[in-house]
Amino acid sequence: MKKTDTIIIGAGPVGLFAVHQLGIKGLKSIVIDNLDKAGGQCIELYPDKPIYDIPAVPECTGEELTNKLLKQIKPFKTEFFLNERVEEVKQDEENWIVKTNNDNEFLAPNIIVAGGVGSFEPRKLAVKEAEKFEDKFLFYAVKDKEQLKNKNISIFGGGDSALDWALELSKFSKINLIHRRDEFRGAPHTLSEIKKLEKEGKIFIKTPCQLESIEGKDKIDTITIKFDSGKIEQIKTDVVLSFFGLIMKLGPIAEWGLNMNKKTIEVNSKNFETNKKGIFAAGDICSYPGKLKLILSGFHEVALAAVECFKRARPNEKYRFEFTTSSKIIQSRLGKK
Amino acid sequence: MPKIIYNDNQGNSKTIEVENGLSVMEGAIQNDIPGIDADCGGSMACATCHVYVEEKWLNKIPKAEEAEVDMIDMAYEPKKNSRLSCQLIVSEELDGLIVTTPSKQS
Repeated sequence: MKKTDTIIIGAGPVGLFAVHQLGIKGLKSIVIDNLDKAGGQCIELYPDKPIYDIPAVPECTGEELTNKLLKQIKPFKTEFFLNERVEEVKQDEENWIVKTNNDNEFLAPNIIVAGGVGSFEPRKLAVKEAEKFEDKFLFYAVKDKEQLKNKNISIFGGGDSALDWALELSKFSKINLIHRRDEFRGAPHTLSEIKKLEKEGKIFIKTPCQLESIEGKDKIDTITIKFDSGKIEQIKTDVVLSFFGLIMKLGPIAEWGLNMNKKTIEVNSKNFETNKKGIFAAGDICSYPGKLKLILSGFHEVALAAVECFKRARPNEKYRFEFTTSSKIIQSRLGKK
Repeated sequence: MPKIIYNDNQGNSKTIEVENGLSVMEGAIQNDIPGIDADCGGSMACATCHVYVEEKWLNKIPKAEEAEVDMIDMAYEPKKNSRLSCQLIVSEELDGLIVTTPSKQS
């Protein structure tokens, strides 16, 4: 079990800035996120879209904001646990124990939940038999290319992931690329490659149509698709790949005994503590009268939560408010002389 | 105030007066209309405010821009009359608009 001063759940902009606000107070933290990289919604939903309301930053993209925050917290050498989802939170006297789906355990007096709208998970296929084949013959991400060799593969989706994997896997497998409309959304170069492979008979494009059903007992034999025209086609398929992006799921957060309001966690607006002492919530996931779901609100929320975190992590020390401009201690923590 | 008619897939219907300038999504969220999640808050980034627009209204509302259509690809069971309700801005012209929410958003 790893001990730290604060466990931060969520590596979005608010979680990252929490590392900073705790770090300048001399508190250690660790960060857990279900995604494979830091940035949260900024990276997953709008990496290239501009943000115009970060104070003193007239314009930046989600990706730029994330990179700047990562740079800002670099001096604190914080450990990140990515691709991990928090499953369990339990009390241990004055401390909290957090367990992840990767069997990591952490102990700290404080938890800051900066979980946005929950954890990102792949959007699943709607047909009921999909679950039966999941992880064996039906995948929402490609983990092992080897097992996709010399197969009949049906790929669903019209975006970059679907197109890129169609190209890659067409080198050694027969590909059906299935999409609900005729237009694909991808880099022009990728699109022209796909067209070329279609002419060569390596990729079969099926549009506009959607999945009707998957047939097979212990494995997938065929899939049935329905075209907009009403035409039905059955396609021999060994493996289905589905790329419909990610969806946010609140997940286990709802089971931690926190007071919830719809999909948000209720906090006070003094230090953003929840109904559980030592558990704080900040950013999009918290709610209080007047709450605005803005990144800048989240920054403010973690700044105040960090003060209370200090009091709990250092009960015998007095909290002193200091400015980064003039505090020698903060500057040394930031690696400045 | 324009009236927006929200149907669910069970056949229940609610008529709500929504202020001009608000989106059909906001009208739903503020009035606890079930079936619209709107996880991203209206930034056209999640497709969980997806609705089906009544056929006769399809030509009367502004056409979806490319980014919206791309996002609808991700929606749960999209159809030809699918729109993101965060992109439908309420005005007098939309008085009487009928939308149906899908059985679920994900």
